[in-house]
Amino acid sequence: MKWLSWGLISILLGVFWGWSLFTKEQNARYLIGETTDGHHQIELACESCHLEPFGGAELIQEACTNCHGAELARADDSHPKSKFTDPRNAARIEVLDARYCVTCHIEHRNEETHEMGVTLPEDFCFYCHEDIGEDRPTHKNVPFSDCLTSGCHNYHDNRALYEDFLVKHADQAAIGLDPHQPMRNLLEQVVAEKGAVRPLTLNEADKPQTLHVGSEVMDDWLQTSHAAAGVNCSGCHQSSGSTWVDKPGLESCQSCHQQEAETFLQGKHGMRLAGSGDLPLSPMTPAMGRLPFKTDALETELTCTTCHGAHRFDTWKAAVESCLGCHNDEHSRNYPDSPHATLRELEHQGLADPGTGVSCATCHMPRLESAGLGGEAIQVMHNQNDNLRPNEKMIRSVCMDCHGFPFSLDALADPELIRNNFKGQPAAHVESIDWATGRREE
Amino acid sequence: MKQLKLLTKNSKSEKVSVWGRSSVKAWSSIADLSYVGTKGAVFGLAVTAGLMMTGCESEPQGISPQQFTDALHKVMESDRAVYTKQVVNRLAKEEKVIKASEHFMDEKALPLPAQMFRFGAEMVAGKTDDFSYSLQSLWPINKQNAPVTEVEKTGLKFIADNPGQNYYSEEELGGQKYFTAVYPDIAVAPVCASCHNEHKDTPRTDFKIGDVMGGVVIRVPVGS
Ligand code: HEC
Repeated sequence: MKWLSWGLISILLGVFWGWSLFTKEQNARYLIGETTDGHHQIELACESCHLEPFGGAELIQEACTNCHGAELARADDSHPKSKFTDPRNAARIEVLDARYCVTCHIEHRNEETHEMGVTLPEDFCFYCHEDIGEDRPTHKNVPFSDCLTSGCHNYHDNRALYEDFLVKHADQAAIGLDPHQPMRNLLEQVVAEKGAVRPLTLNEADKPQTLHVGSEVMDDWLQTSHAAAGVNCSGCHQSSGSTWVDKPGLESCQSCHQQEAETFLQGKHGMRLAGSGDLPLSPMTPAMGRLPFKTDALETELTCTTCHGAHRFDTWKAAVESCLGCHNDEHSRNYPDSPHATLRELEHQGLADPGTGVSCATCHMPRLESAGLGGEAIQVMHNQNDNLRPNEKMIRSVCMDCHGFPFSLDALADPELIRNNFKGQPAAHVESIDWATGRREE
Repeated sequence: MKQLKLLTKNSKSEKVSVWGRSSVKAWSSIADLSYVGTKGAVFGLAVTAGLMMTGCESEPQGISPQQFTDALHKVMESDRAVYTKQVVNRLAKEEKVIKASEHFMDEKALPLPAQMFRFGAEMVAGKTDDFSYSLQSLWPINKQNAPVTEVEKTGLKFIADNPGQNYYSEEELGGQKYFTAVYPDIAVAPVCASCHNEHKDTPRTDFKIGDVMGGVVIRVPVGS
């Protein structure tokens, strides 16, 4: 009897843990520690990172590069793996194996996570740049823990931080001569690809005869660039073939907005829907998030139409109002009172040129030249994480569209200014430009 | 200099293994190097070595690590000279139509000869472990190009003190034994010397054409 009950308990435990392992929603029992802010969204899709059970370091590395590789390449990564594979670096690698992301960025240790969103040793620069003081007297007494936190350096992305760049832009004024963000040009791209497009009229709408649609929906559609670019009802509702879909999703949007969809799936809003490994999971909701969110928005599921709204696809609204519908942190709440918001209001009233207003999206989902695409395309980067942290990543992609370099560098180094959404002048000063120009004058 | 005869041979010629690896792989690694149209030289080497291998069945034969690195170096040296003379020196110095710059993307300029060389080395490293190479100097503009291992330090000094000679040695790094060769890197065009002498980070300002400015270090893993 004793043996029988032990046997039964063992079997039940086996079934329970097996079920936990193979049922995605139950995987949490296997998490060995809290995941970081950047990965918790997909923590139940184990195979997104652990490509195979017992995969080892190489496979984890492959998973890192699958998602982050392209971004690092675009950032002209200053310390790519290829810098460390040469055998001459063997002694260095024994101290700090820079060939693998997980050497510095450990997962499942959220309590040790740095404000940058990843775990990070404090003074690792030391191991290779120990004698920097000999070449740069200015650096002599700077602790190695300051290299990355001072606004001066970044391990991966130094596009706006390298010495010659500092010198070249040292004299720029706080505001440039022609401050504005670039204009999107998807229509031009479509025209270039397909020849002319012909705007559609109400009578041409090709929805099924039997389907009754309110005039509001039809009006919305008629006013959008969709109707203007000849995209009919079937363009979205029947994009994948013959069957009519009432609520088309991402698959439908991405048949035209490929880059937007791709980058959306890379960011925190869309990463649960990406199609790799164990994914997709259900769409992200603020309730799952770790930032302060509005309570009435907690259960909102994030897909394309959540921010853009179906039929109207209002990009003006998507650039601020949609964000503030959920986000409730101080920086977001202070936006409506900010100088950037004032500029936007002026643009809205037609008192300032198009592109001179600054929305949430201007900075966090910027319009980038050929973001992922070739040619002259200017498209919205939908991976809000792409230029978020460390915030010096924003300098070239965003700030310098309007501001001079020294001002941008200082503003981003001032946490209070960021909190109040850039109302005022930077109180911080990053010394790197002075040091670089000083060395030039020697 | 000790000649390393590491080639082992089975009775079947296609089973010849170079340094414990399959010979086919070694050839394809050589082929990886053949950018800027210098495939010919390497192909010749491969054919010659291939003939050597198939030629006599009985005696162990093949190319030694030194022959291998010497040949690789000829390819590297030639490509490097061609790029510097035909592209950088001509366009940047003589015709002055475009600059060469470390920040060639931002400045829409030509990559420096040292960058061309490193990008090639990095691409090779992504394809094979059969050899690796780098450009170094005792007077580096980029401090990361200073010698690191003892063999690099001795080798760079040797080639600077003995113009025209190469340096060969062995070393163990990260538990693996390597045949390491150091070849002089010479100022083959006026622009080599002038650009280095005028660079803000250079520790030496008196380079002239013909000088040994640094060295190319090539490593081949040997033994098992
Ligand atoms: C337009 C400027 C320029 C020209 C021309 C140039 N170099 Fe360099 N060289 C550099 C810079 C800058 C570096 C450091 C690049 C790096 O590693 O990022 C460098 C690196 C090197 C190095 C590695 C050690 C070091 O200084 O960092 C050697 C050796 C070298 N160059 C030799 C040469 C030779 C030989 C030529 C001509 C065939 C040449 N260079 C042409 C600018 C130049």
